[in-house]
Amino acid sequence: MNRLHQYDVVIIGSGLAGLRAALEASNHGNVAVISKLYPTRSHSTAAQGGIAAALGNEEPDSPEWHFYDTTKGSDYLGDQDAIEVMCEDAIRTVIELEHMGVPFSRTPEGRIAQRRFGGHTREFGAAPVRRACYSADRTGHAIVFALYEQCQLRGVRFFPEFHVLDIVVEDGRCHGVVAMEIPTGQIHAFSTKATVVASGGYGRVFKTTSNAIATTGDCLSILFNRGVPLEDMEFFQFHPTGLYGLGILITEGARGEGGILINGKGERFMERYAPTIKDLAPRDMVSRAILNEIREGRGIDGRDFVYLDLTGIPKQILQERLPEISTFSKIYLGIDPSESPIPVLPTAHYAMGGIPTDVDARVLSNERGDTIEGLYAAGECACVSVHGANRLGCNSLLDTVVFGRRAGKAIAECLREADYGRITNEVVERAIVEIENIINSRGDTRVGSIRAEMQKEMMEHCSVFRTEEGLKKTIEILTELKKASKNIQLHDRTKRFNTELLEAIELRHLLNLADVIARSALQRTESRGAHYREDFPERDDKNWLKHTFAFKEGDSIEFRYRPVKITRFQPEERKY
Amino acid sequence: MKTYTFRIRRFNPEKDTESHWEEYTVEMESMERVLDGLIRIKETQDGSLTFRRSCAHGICGSCAMKINGKNALACQSLIKEMPETITIEPLQAFPVIKDLVVDMEPFFEKNEEVLPYLINDEPPPERERLQSPEEQQRVLESITCIMCGSCTSSCPVFWSDPKYLGPSALLKAYRFIFDSRDRAQDERLKRILHEHGLWRCHSIYNCVEVCPKEIDITSHIIRLKRLALRKRLIKIQTKKNSNIEY
Repeated sequence: MNRLHQYDVVIIGSGLAGLRAALEASNHGNVAVISKLYPTRSHSTAAQGGIAAALGNEEPDSPEWHFYDTTKGSDYLGDQDAIEVMCEDAIRTVIELEHMGVPFSRTPEGRIAQRRFGGHTREFGAAPVRRACYSADRTGHAIVFALYEQCQLRGVRFFPEFHVLDIVVEDGRCHGVVAMEIPTGQIHAFSTKATVVASGGYGRVFKTTSNAIATTGDCLSILFNRGVPLEDMEFFQFHPTGLYGLGILITEGARGEGGILINGKGERFMERYAPTIKDLAPRDMVSRAILNEIREGRGIDGRDFVYLDLTGIPKQILQERLPEISTFSKIYLGIDPSESPIPVLPTAHYAMGGIPTDVDARVLSNERGDTIEGLYAAGECACVSVHGANRLGCNSLLDTVVFGRRAGKAIAECLREADYGRITNEVVERAIVEIENIINSRGDTRVGSIRAEMQKEMMEHCSVFRTEEGLKKTIEILTELKKASKNIQLHDRTKRFNTELLEAIELRHLLNLADVIARSALQRTESRGAHYREDFPERDDKNWLKHTFAFKEGDSIEFRYRPVKITRFQPEERKY
Repeated sequence: MKTYTFRIRRFNPEKDTESHWEEYTVEMESMERVLDGLIRIKETQDGSLTFRRSCAHGICGSCAMKINGKNALACQSLIKEMPETITIEPLQAFPVIKDLVVDMEPFFEKNEEVLPYLINDEPPPERERLQSPEEQQRVLESITCIMCGSCTSSCPVFWSDPKYLGPSALLKAYRFIFDSRDRAQDERLKRILHEHGLWRCHSIYNCVEVCPKEIDITSHIIRLKRLALRKRLIKIQTKKNSNIEY
């Protein structure tokens, strides 16, 4: 028996964007949140360092400087109308979160404490500024809990451990969602007036990543297969400081509090790459700098890592402001960061690209800016685009909350006019048949081995440094792996909590997205932000100051382009 | 590389009538975690082995389980600190859905009883509500809870009284009762002062022993008890049919 539900609004994902959207939408209609994890398990909880807002609590700051930094950080690919909206709304957003109960760290006067973060400066690049509002190094965790708690207060209905199988986009509108209740294997259909996709990132396409195992980008892949374009997928951020060998994130806040990067010769090498703001340069630059040092033989003992040195930070500051990273350096590497430097290497961290939206989170159906009725997206899965080619630290939390709220507000209009979507039996049947096909497939390959090969290949040729030759090889291998993924074998053929089945579904989505990333990277013959082509090392504004829109065309991809919105800051050479 | 035996309690109600043990032999590197071993078993030996996991670094709370008799996060349990045979079971006292996956729903529902959200009806100021670092310090430890369930599952009072709120929900109550910005202290205290509430904590400290975030939960509960005493909100059942109120 399949279950049919009707909600005004269904939100997919219970991270920051989803919860904030749910809270806002609950003012206008009945709301359900579907999530493949329990809400408090969402990967937003892993966000450490802070949320950016020019509160000016610790030193003078202004939303305009924030606007400039974000634009420059994006390597001028961010849409400036959207960036302005975000930066202008940042102060109100953070104050509102505080009123909801977020336990921000405090200044001695009792105000929200703020610290330095990469790429955030005063007076248009003059020097680093304290703009990151934080709750020790558990900022994401603190905000997720507060928003979840507020949703509980408002009576938002949660469907935890529901795995989305289909988002029904037909005839120019979104009708709702088909999902599997994980504990029972039962299929549910949700007919909606509005659907918000807030499903997070897809860092698991790479071998070394700070992303949770659940961050597999299912919904982006589903929408792509349904004909929705994906924007700027070639831009994937590698965070400079992942724990060596594990990829677990060490927040940029560690450098914001005074930590420095050191190479094998004991040099503070960022002085050479970014003389003004040094270790607090944006992440794309620091990641490239680290890998460059290693390539030129200046890794620690000539090996493939550098040191993040926090020994200069007073012990009390480490305890108060960076307790979490101190603890897991001790647990995982046996290193006390107050006494010894931490071995680090860049780790796949954040997708700048995603589902294209306007500033009110409405999903675009094409590069001309037409929208899909009843479909919204916010957070990491979306591309507004406020981050362009490279996101600044602390802007992701801000993005999720600002645009999650805007989605909730925009929905109010939609609810007045729209009818509930129509989910036909055929659509539900198709989802069921797909699952049965996977369960009954009697191939000879295991999900884990295909996934490992994909992750290794993406890391080798599609990460920080890219070339035409490498990308072409990646695309070939991905084509083979896609074939192999149809020839798998499961050990678990039961309905109840079948995580092997879920991993097989996720694998298909990961392969789909890996292919979009690699092909998007191949066609962009320039270097900008996080996308660095060794065969085209310069930024090329004449030909490439534009967003990539990838459309599925059978087994291939068609690329079209959308101009960047430039309102205030003309592109300049990016120096720090 | 060293060889370990994972001895895992398995149960799939869809095909088993009762739980049984299965053993897997796995080669592990010294810096790996128990979770890495479980993932390797699932990938290479038995795809039907079922467990929850997500962040893999101790912040999401998904992979709490009983490892060698003690609740812990699999992602924080280092292989090099394990004996050659590692015994793994689902969290005790929660209904098992499958293998190491338990039903967390009753656990989460208990939280809702304590009004787990900031309540303050005063008109908010234009900027943030001020809170001194000292005031923040009072709730600092309690806000680090990741709701993994390790504490409640290890509590002998909960084993004997499934209606007991348990350490996690009481910690959540503390988190708001002691937040200087909250205005529903009394209401919340009343919510936890019932026969399955605050006074059922017998200070056994099992919760403190297993908490992966090293929260001294029992001490927080003791502070709640002190506050209830100060406010004379105490109701102890001494004998059958006689309630003495202080």
